[in-house]
Amino acid sequence: MKFKQLSLFLENKPAHLKHPCDVLAAANINILTLSLADSEKFGIMRFIVDDWERAKDTLEAAGCVVTVTDVLAIEVDDRPGGLSALLAIIEEGGHDIEYMYAFACRRADKAVLFFRFSDTDAALANLQSRGVPVLDPVAL
Amino acid sequence: MAKRKVDHNGEFQIVSAPDYLPVPQLRTLQLQRLRRIVERAGSRVPFYRERFKELGIAAEDVQSLEDIQKLPFTQKTDLRDTYPFGLFASPMKEVVRLHASSGTTGKPIVVAYTDRDVRVWSSVMVRTFAACGLHAGDIIQNAYGYGLFTGGLGAHYGAEALGATVIPISGGNTDRQIAVMKDFGVTALCCTPSYFLHLAERAKALGVDLSELPLRAGIFGAEPWSDSMREHIESDTGIRAQDIYGLSEIIGPGVGSECLERGGLHIFEDHFYPEIIDPETGRVLPEGEEGELVLTTLSKEAMPMIRYRTRDVTMLLTEPCPCGRTLRRIKRVGRRSDDMFIIRGVNIFPSQVETALLQVEGTLPHYQIELTRREGLDQMAVSVEVTPEFFSDTVKGLEQLEQRLIKALEHVLGLRVEVKLVEPQTLKRSEGKARRVIDNREL
Repeated sequence: MKFKQLSLFLENKPAHLKHPCDVLAAANINILTLSLADSEKFGIMRFIVDDWERAKDTLEAAGCVVTVTDVLAIEVDDRPGGLSALLAIIEEGGHDIEYMYAFACRRADKAVLFFRFSDTDAALANLQSRGVPVLDPVAL
Repeated sequence: MAKRKVDHNGEFQIVSAPDYLPVPQLRTLQLQRLRRIVERAGSRVPFYRERFKELGIAAEDVQSLEDIQKLPFTQKTDLRDTYPFGLFASPMKEVVRLHASSGTTGKPIVVAYTDRDVRVWSSVMVRTFAACGLHAGDIIQNAYGYGLFTGGLGAHYGAEALGATVIPISGGNTDRQIAVMKDFGVTALCCTPSYFLHLAERAKALGVDLSELPLRAGIFGAEPWSDSMREHIESDTGIRAQDIYGLSEIIGPGVGSECLERGGLHIFEDHFYPEIIDPETGRVLPEGEEGELVLTTLSKEAMPMIRYRTRDVTMLLTEPCPCGRTLRRIKRVGRRSDDMFIIRGVNIFPSQVETALLQVEGTLPHYQIELTRREGLDQMAVSVEVTPEFFSDTVKGLEQLEQRLIKALEHVLGLRVEVKLVEPQTLKRSEGKARRVIDNREL
């Protein structure tokens, strides 16, 4: 049920985001969704691709530093309060969210959010037991 | 941690016989050769003749090895000032080879060899390889640059004379180096330690596990490297990393070498006479004190060097080495008396920065020190390439890493410096010597 997210180190300078994107484009790898985190000096590009192993090898061969992190994809109702309801469950379970971001495309009346928990396995078990729709990588 | 490969036991090789001369005999030989070289320099090289005259000394005044202290020093600037051939003691028809070092500033320096000099050079390189545990039958990949730089040809001739198989691949083209190493069953590699780090990093990226190859020894020289860098190389790749010492002005590689005991580097004293001086006063320091290494060539025909100031900081180790060699040793050269820089009144050596970086993550990333001056105040920034082991995927994690590096540097240097995390492969890679310090201060 876990997604493999790739994270890439970037210097916070103009045009530094383009290089890894060019590398992925040349290898015909599609980015399903991504988010950027940044500080004054550097940034981290986090993204989900259709073939993470090939993406990782390709990026590393191009000289990038890539790490793989487990994240969970969770479906919520795409309506006011949809995220709140999910967060209530997460809070109740005492799970610490390191970061989260949304999946780019809509699925009917649902939205998909990616979560990085400090304790992925515990969060997964708890959320599933509470009936929260945690998506399977195959489903996307 | 890579497994350590079975190494040669360093048994006696006949080529190394001069390494084991009884000390009194060695001293007698040194004095004979010293007197001869001083006579040769004074009678054949106007530069030395004038220096000796100024000081009112003649070759006959050298009656004991201690008398060497009466002789003047020779400096790198003297080689530049007499460029190109001013220090030659042989007519050009007897000079069979010229090498030159690329002067990083101004003119290069030129060094010359007679046929006999080339043979001596090859013999000290054979002794270097033998001391490092290599022998006939080894397959040696020589990644020192071939050409004007003395490293390539010096190691090449020595390796051939040892009876090894030499692969004269020269520097650069790292992917081909790795392929050749794998395909040819290379057992020993000669290159600079910083180039080996680069090569090991690239091998990893290519999925080549160096510890699975027959490669068992690295003969590393031409730049200072730390003990912690050695530990890192050895535990990471399973090879034995040996330190060798040399400089073009004296002969090239082959001035000194570690033996398998690795308690310092034996100087091939029958050809090169070592002294340690106080770099400020020029006074010879008592045994066991740290100072600048000064070398006198005892047998060089084409270009004798009298008391050449190497700028390398070390000390002479005089107690007998368990390996049985009677040659005195120098401590590994960790720094040069001139690559030190002073920032806000603090003396700093790049090796200290290395120590701090290693403390934090246990591996040595590529780094570069940049010095600038802002509003009259010196600033020091250390750029560190992020490696997969270092990279945490949260901003918090990277900021913590930055803080740990700043703290470790402050602890080692006594100075708070800026740390910049940069993308891999963005700091200039050298195929030869690493350029660690960029000084952009306008003084």
